[in-house]
Amino acid sequence: MSALTVKLKIDNIEVEVPEGTTILKAARDNGIEIPTLCSLEGLTNYGGCRLCLVEVKGAPKLFPACTTPVSAGMEVITNSEQLREYRKMTIQLLLSERTHVCSVCVANDHCELQSLANKLGVDHSIFERNWTRKEIDSSHDFLVIDRNRCILCTRCIRVCDEIEGVHTLDLKQRGRKAEVIMDLDEDWVNSCSCTSCRKCAKVCPVGAIYIEGEPITRTKNKDVAEFILTRRQRK
Amino acid sequence: MVEGKNMGKEIEIHPVTRIEGHAKVTIHLNKDDSVKEARFHVLDFRGFEKFSEGRPFYEMPGITSRSCGICPVSHLLASAKACDAIVGVKPPKAAVLLRRLMHMGQLIQSHALSFFHLSAPDLLLGMDAPPETRNIFGLIEKKPDLAIQGVKLRKFGQEIIEKVAGKRIHSYDWIIPGGAKWPLSKENADYLRSNLPEALDIALKTLKMFKSSLQGFDDEVENFGNFPTYYLGLVTPKGGLEHYDGKIRIVDAEGKIVADQLDPEAYQEYIGEAVEPWSYMKFPYYKPLGYPEGIYRVGPLARLNIASHCGTPLADEELKEFKKLGKKGVVQSTFHYHYARLIELLFCLETAKELLEDPAILSERVSSKASVNNEQGVGVAEAPRGTLIHHYKVDAQGRILWANMIIATEHNNLAFNKAVTQVAKKYVKAKQLQEGMLNRVEAVIRAFDPCLSCATHAVGQMPLQVQLIDAEGRLVDQKVR
Repeated sequence: MSALTVKLKIDNIEVEVPEGTTILKAARDNGIEIPTLCSLEGLTNYGGCRLCLVEVKGAPKLFPACTTPVSAGMEVITNSEQLREYRKMTIQLLLSERTHVCSVCVANDHCELQSLANKLGVDHSIFERNWTRKEIDSSHDFLVIDRNRCILCTRCIRVCDEIEGVHTLDLKQRGRKAEVIMDLDEDWVNSCSCTSCRKCAKVCPVGAIYIEGEPITRTKNKDVAEFILTRRQRK
Repeated sequence: MVEGKNMGKEIEIHPVTRIEGHAKVTIHLNKDDSVKEARFHVLDFRGFEKFSEGRPFYEMPGITSRSCGICPVSHLLASAKACDAIVGVKPPKAAVLLRRLMHMGQLIQSHALSFFHLSAPDLLLGMDAPPETRNIFGLIEKKPDLAIQGVKLRKFGQEIIEKVAGKRIHSYDWIIPGGAKWPLSKENADYLRSNLPEALDIALKTLKMFKSSLQGFDDEVENFGNFPTYYLGLVTPKGGLEHYDGKIRIVDAEGKIVADQLDPEAYQEYIGEAVEPWSYMKFPYYKPLGYPEGIYRVGPLARLNIASHCGTPLADEELKEFKKLGKKGVVQSTFHYHYARLIELLFCLETAKELLEDPAILSERVSSKASVNNEQGVGVAEAPRGTLIHHYKVDAQGRILWANMIIATEHNNLAFNKAVTQVAKKYVKAKQLQEGMLNRVEAVIRAFDPCLSCATHAVGQMPLQVQLIDAEGRLVDQKVR
């Protein structure tokens, strides 16, 4: 990382961060929280969930904070009426895309989508819900994937590839038809590359990938990627 | 009211108030305005058996218990027992003790709700009291001490559930196939132990008060679903009162045991399910007798009729006295469901005390681990309202292929219809639609304490709708209060 620093304003607060830092990290390091469901410390950013969109003064469009690097003199707004509305709508779109029933979900009360919906005041969806009935894969000894609850954040895919280094998981198809698959779309039990390391379940923000019979609070660990990277680089 | 020429008529009570769920009653009249028959229609459609298909079996306790805000624990237990059967393991002793204790809490809170909140207004303020005050609020005004005791007793039941499983309602993350997720803490056990005497005292006082008021209800005892049926429920190996484990016993109207220690798993061999086009609720019947002759009742009255003893000292005394009301120990009148419920309340509190005194209940070991080993499982428990059966079939990965649930209230469906017909014949005179007689029709249903949608609703706010419908099915007249 360059030793050069950049000065910018986030929500009218003057901050100074190293060149190349993303807006999301610059904000976070200065105590400003921007909501996100796909970004995770230790993984490359993907810009998929669109919840971290921010306004930049002078620019006509919105920018995803997780993939946009800071530049000198930038004036960023992370929380405006428009942004709040967009974020609420994004959450509603996520909720309507598949079958999210919190009351019987393994991640109830420990779900990032649910807590963000609560935080942003999403108490209903203006979009018709799809109520998908995708088959659950519980063929693995203890790992289960319920694609009806998946929000396609791809954290599992990135942690499998970048941290565990096996790239068992990937996406097939596009748009709302997209699905997380194992190897060449095998049942999980038949995957020859999966090391059963559980990292996918640890980083899943919702109840899509979980460990059968294990309390969700024991499974979830958002820091796992950053922790392993730190140890690996002997920092 | 419009009189039809040469045609039978139908009176409709819709919705039926102060029950859990939504139903209506239609009273079919003969041409001379005498009552021909009455039908109890259930208007809810839920679809749990269908939409749980494809879900992992271990989600079933959570999914099915959501069908009911009153007795989710009974669903949790029946479902967990079905899941135990699918994985094929025996839960550790402490888990069984805790599940039993949790169920006692369930029975206490539900029986207290049924008696104090739903039925006491009829029993203590009078069947003919004005509907505006004949509800829990009226009771609070007229008999505040009693109402407070009712609330306290229900609260204690809820607290048992909370202390054991973390939440008062829908504590589904505690129960798992093979046991439970966490043990009972000593603080929670001590809390329950110290609050038990007060609850026991309330139950005893209430029972005493109820018994002394019984003379005033001779008419109701005689005409509230007073007819012979079979009775079905779980009993211990020695034939005692049982709510969690045990085997099925069936007793006839004369108290003769016609079948005993039947395996609940084989319920389909002796219980059939008939369907009628005018109700969403099925009509279970005792197979050897056929439909509709195979009418039987479940729930508190049935449980006391089939059990030879309770197994706790105070409840056993009361049971002896109760059995004197009927011939050969079988009490026939549906009105006595109230009485039976109060004796069960006592039994549950005594049993909770025994369970809490067992040192094994504090054991840390509460779950046995296993995965899918069997392709199907049946779980049975005695819910507050009667025998509850859950039956699941799963694929090799443990995903539900098929589910069947027989809810306690369903077993009584044939008896409901017979009971409302009996009450209607006695009290309804077609040309004088009066509050008291309509309420008696509702009250007989309330005696069964049916749980139709398995959901709570606001007390005392629902309108009562009475409709008169001619033989062609046309609405002739209606009355809303």
